Amino acid sequence: MSRDHTSRVGFFTDTSVCIGCKACEVACKEWNLLPDDGFELLGMSFDNTGGLSASTWRHVAFVEQPPERDSGVRWLMASDVCKHCTHAGCLDVCPTGALFRTEFDTVVVQQDICNGCGYCVSACPYGVIDRREGDGRAWKCTMCYDRLHGGLEPACAKACPTDSIQFGPLDELRERAAQRVERLHADGTAGARLYGADPHDGVGGAGAFFLLLDEPEVYGLPPDPVVPTRDLGRMWRYAGAAAVAFLAAAVSAFAGGRAR
Amino acid sequence: MVPPARFRSYYGRPVLKRPVWKDDIAYYFFLGGLSAGCSLLAAGAAETGRPALRRRTRVAALGSLGLGGYYLVRDLGRPERFHHMLRVVKPTSPMSLGSWILACYGPGVGIAAASELLPARLRRTPLGRRAATLARPAGLAAAAIAPAVASYTAVVLSQTAVPAWHESHPELPFIFTASAAASAGGLGMIVAPPAEASPARWFALYGAVVELAASRRLVHRLGLVGEVFQTGEPHRLLSWASRLTAAGVLGSTLLARRSRPAAVASGAALLAGGLLERLGLLHAGIESTQDPKYVVDPQRARPPR
Repeated sequence: MSRDHTSRVGFFTDTSVCIGCKACEVACKEWNLLPDDGFELLGMSFDNTGGLSASTWRHVAFVEQPPERDSGVRWLMASDVCKHCTHAGCLDVCPTGALFRTEFDTVVVQQDICNGCGYCVSACPYGVIDRREGDGRAWKCTMCYDRLHGGLEPACAKACPTDSIQFGPLDELRERAAQRVERLHADGTAGARLYGADPHDGVGGAGAFFLLLDEPEVYGLPPDPVVPTRDLGRMWRYAGAAAVAFLAAAVSAFAGGRAR
Repeated sequence: MVPPARFRSYYGRPVLKRPVWKDDIAYYFFLGGLSAGCSLLAAGAAETGRPALRRRTRVAALGSLGLGGYYLVRDLGRPERFHHMLRVVKPTSPMSLGSWILACYGPGVGIAAASELLPARLRRTPLGRRAATLARPAGLAAAAIAPAVASYTAVVLSQTAVPAWHESHPELPFIFTASAAASAGGLGMIVAPPAEASPARWFALYGAVVELAASRRLVHRLGLVGEVFQTGEPHRLLSWASRLTAAGVLGSTLLARRSRPAAVASGAALLAGGLLERLGLLHAGIESTQDPKYVVDPQRARPPR
């Protein structure tokens, strides 16, 4: 695949400026014509979406933390999305080739190919991709593949009023994010940290990374996700040993020779 | 006393998605393993002159493969697109490799079984004679691929982010292949007369002992995640699997040689044990995605890179 003509693009979601307006959720639903997944009150602060799903590709988390000493309640907001991993578990396990890596280095499902085997659902270490009830196929964020073809930015980034969601070439975003963390640390926000920006992490770095103000698990994110493919060689070696033992047991069962 | 897990979660919601695989997939794991074990018994029976064992295990290998394939396709979200599995060959996807393994395995099983099922008047036709000549090499080819059929399914489960499946990758292939041997041995004891069933009893003995030992080791080796094997529905399924397998192997070793009813009962216990084992492992994995502590705690405990 030629990747020369386009550089890798991604999302930098700076949660320190998220105001929880959910414009990203709405813009995503509208642009991608996604069905609703129920209108329920979840009792989780302002979050009545719950999480990413086959029909929800941006999800705004609301975390209310009790006051510490002289501060008031801390209210964290963060817009979650598919990470478009460098080493994508969903893409690795897809047996039909429905999931593919695009010329923008994003990960997209071809809906005319997916046969709904469900393997990607269990292979994603972030719990992003899911099978849609009644449809039977797997769905997730495409980073607005159609808009990228038209030279437009994804709908969520376009709609974000505070630039909490930034879209652009990934290397530029990483640079900008590092400066932003430095700035926040200098201003006294010691808890600011980048999540998914390290190309040496368990998924080889995420195409959509985040600036968080607390531990990842507080936002419902895994602290140190690893692509399951990393242990593939070892898993096949164990399977090979078990297969040889199985064959040897069968051969030895007949070792007595012909029936008497 | 292990201190209680300490971490914060997002309203206690799961980090991972719940696997979408239903019990159908456990039925397929059981039936595919059974078919693989039967193919090995059939090939051995053909080579050592055990016609009754050969005939019936060849037919059983095809029957269980067919039924297993039905469940496999039924578990898809879009069953009519099952053939998309053969669009690509993908080394990073155990399910893709498994589809190709099945595609190579099926024809041999089919030809070997067809030669046994052919009505007498068709056997004298050119096609019937062709089937008879091909039966032995076809059966041997199926037997050569059978170990891959019985073991690849363990890698399918392990190459996921599901904690209980991923962490059990050293034991899972041994449990799957051994359980396949126990089930096929059990079926051989049911369908073949005791005089021809001695290899089936031996195969069942190997399978049951390794299955019980590997399951035990798995549960005790996994720390926090091991909980899902020892509580709730998975525990109930897995402990019944162990009891039935142990009873089956005792019956087959002590009684099955002399008594046909004992052989049938022992074989049935081994088959039921194999099915419950797969169901238990499926449900244990699903459980481990439902509580975020099984995802977050082990990742926190990992030494920093």
